[in-house]
Amino acid sequence: MIQLDFLAVLSQWPALLQGAAFTLGLSAVAAVLGVGLGVFCGWARSEGPRWLAALVSAYVELIRNTPFIVQLFFIFFGLPSLGVKLSPEVASIIAMVVNLGAYAAEIVRAGIDNTPKGQIEAARSLALSELQVFTRVVLPPALGRVWPALTSQIVIVMLGSAVCGQISAQELSYAANLIHSRNFRAFEATIVATAIYLALSIGVRQLLNWLGPRFIFGRLPAAGR
Amino acid sequence: MVDFSMWDIFRNLLLAARWTVGLSIVAFVGGGMVGLALLLARLAKLPGAQLGVAAYVQLFQGTPLLMQLFLAYFGLALIGLNVSAWVAASLALTLYTSAFLTEIWRGCVNAIPKGQWEAADSLALSFGEKMRHVVGPQALRIAVPPTVGFLVQVIKGTALASVIGFIELTKAGTMITNATFKPFTVYACVALLYFALCWPVSAASRKLERSFKHGR
Repeated sequence: MIQLDFLAVLSQWPALLQGAAFTLGLSAVAAVLGVGLGVFCGWARSEGPRWLAALVSAYVELIRNTPFIVQLFFIFFGLPSLGVKLSPEVASIIAMVVNLGAYAAEIVRAGIDNTPKGQIEAARSLALSELQVFTRVVLPPALGRVWPALTSQIVIVMLGSAVCGQISAQELSYAANLIHSRNFRAFEATIVATAIYLALSIGVRQLLNWLGPRFIFGRLPAAGR
Repeated sequence: MVDFSMWDIFRNLLLAARWTVGLSIVAFVGGGMVGLALLLARLAKLPGAQLGVAAYVQLFQGTPLLMQLFLAYFGLALIGLNVSAWVAASLALTLYTSAFLTEIWRGCVNAIPKGQWEAADSLALSFGEKMRHVVGPQALRIAVPPTVGFLVQVIKGTALASVIGFIELTKAGTMITNATFKPFTVYACVALLYFALCWPVSAASRKLERSFKHGR
């Protein structure tokens, strides 16, 4: 007879809570830096100089066609042999930023490429500088158009961060592992952690849906999307 | 200590890559079949299918694949099945793949104009005939590029099976690193091999997408 003992796991709630907070922290930092990197790369690919666009394309293809866990191991185990020693936390953040940056670049580029030509011409005729045209006229509606895709990608990266426990970054899956090494309730600990991940992914999605229109790209008129 | 030459490293990784390919195929084919069954259950409007499949999709898309692998691994052991990492990984990846594919394909079916359904209904076609002769062929056309694209996600997903001890490309990389102390070289080779597997698939998906877009 199978006996599940969830109390043994839930009684360790401080570890779970800490793990969840750590996961959220990692994801928040990675989301901000990763989307920033994505915006830069998206700009470089659609409007930047040719050599930069080629370089960014290579980066995007390389990251999109290799698993996150290999990227993480390469950064954490591989780079020290070049003299770059990183803590698990820093390595996790770098891996997440690099990963999100590549996917966000493609997403943001799609938004930028769909900008109506007339808007750019109108902005130029108002004598805005090229930088102003990009940051004030092109970027906000572009982000608005692709916000749902960007939100999904941020959630995917957050879920992917479960792998960071493998290099002993103390996030949620690491906490679950720790609990099961204490009380041997492996299945229950994993179920509880999985349920927390599910709640986090739903919560973060709601939060970003709420946050985007208010603080990132402003309220757009329906026609602008 | 055994000395590993560059070729030894690469050869061993190449041998391990067979398991990555094998697991990907099992997950993709199995996931495709389960995904299709779920899609048909939804389209046939079986009682509870709508809500059940939606919850299933949310469950697999809203939790980390790593946790799903752990659940399969520990869960199968808990119900008394002493299975290898290979079986647990196949099961978890199959279910994961099915959840994504059923959602992708549902989008493709939804993209078919309503008039097609109504026309099929007015010809008094049965559900099976509708699927086979009207909806199926048209949905298939638009479903090919995203399905091929998702294969890349499956191949990359198999890397996580290394965590529950299944020896594929990533796990082999870790083992060789432990023997050679050359993590930089080994993981670069591992990444290169994944790239060699995934990039042609990505390129094919993009090409298919373009040809379908202009082919009408």
